Amino acid sequence: MEITTHDLWTVVHGMGFGALFMLAFSGAIGELYHLATGSVPAQQSERDRAMLNLYLIAMVTLAWLTVFSGEYIVYPWYRAVPPAGTTDLTEYPRRLLLSSGKTSEWHNVGMEWKEHVAWLAPIAMTMVAYVTMKYGRAITRPRYMRTAVLGFVVAAFVATGVAGAFGAFLNKYAPVRGGSSIVLMEGEK
Amino acid sequence: MSMSRTTDEIPNGAGAAAVLAAGIGCGAIGILAFWGDASDSMGKALNFYNPSGTLSGVTTIGILVWLVSWFVLNRTWRDKTVAMVKINVAAFAFLAVGFLLTFPPFMDLLQGK
Repeated sequence: MEITTHDLWTVVHGMGFGALFMLAFSGAIGELYHLATGSVPAQQSERDRAMLNLYLIAMVTLAWLTVFSGEYIVYPWYRAVPPAGTTDLTEYPRRLLLSSGKTSEWHNVGMEWKEHVAWLAPIAMTMVAYVTMKYGRAITRPRYMRTAVLGFVVAAFVATGVAGAFGAFLNKYAPVRGGSSIVLMEGEK
Repeated sequence: MSMSRTTDEIPNGAGAAAVLAAGIGCGAIGILAFWGDASDSMGKALNFYNPSGTLSGVTTIGILVWLVSWFVLNRTWRDKTVAMVKINVAAFAFLAVGFLLTFPPFMDLLQGK
């Protein structure tokens, strides 16, 4: 059982950071909705407040790790240019997708949207975490503050969903390959 | 305890600054993505790190615009209470710009492709 360094980083970027961030939305949306609608007890314990703050900080960290690892580690491999005369494009995903009309729009629409829209999520979640940590239950009072917080959480969720879904499809049609092999386990045959 | 206080006691300016700055940052990503796509010279100018291409400049400048606008707005509003409705309208408008101008079919529509 072995994996290449490019495969490993793609998994770390997509499943390690991105999918964890995506999964965390269900908890965040529920907690922030309860906080914003005032259904959290007025005397919320210090421990509950600290847990929510920690949860949001973890989400923000995962969001930034996802976009930075994507842009500066995985994306350069995706858009690598093959040497002249190369006929096997399996290690050049962008060129592989663009080589056929049946797959080119996975790049022209999917990757082009994914690579940009993903960056809206960490910006939005950083604001959400900051405002929630600063105001806590007080965001229930000015309903426009809670509208902004909940609206940007949903926007971050949509941006992450778009990026994650296209990431999964792109990895299906043109996976990032190459790099040195890491042997995880040796079988008998 | 700050958790039991209302924003009648806490000025909303710091929160409003964060909300509007986030909107501006998202809008900046969209505008720069569109600009880099529509103009070859801008696309080249935004190529800060060749392995990542134009995307590196789009995101670097987008983050700088977000952080600088947050810093300036926070310094201006942190002790004040501001009209949150107007802030929200502007923030969501910028957010919509961010989504639309990063969506390739919409970019192509604007460029007449």
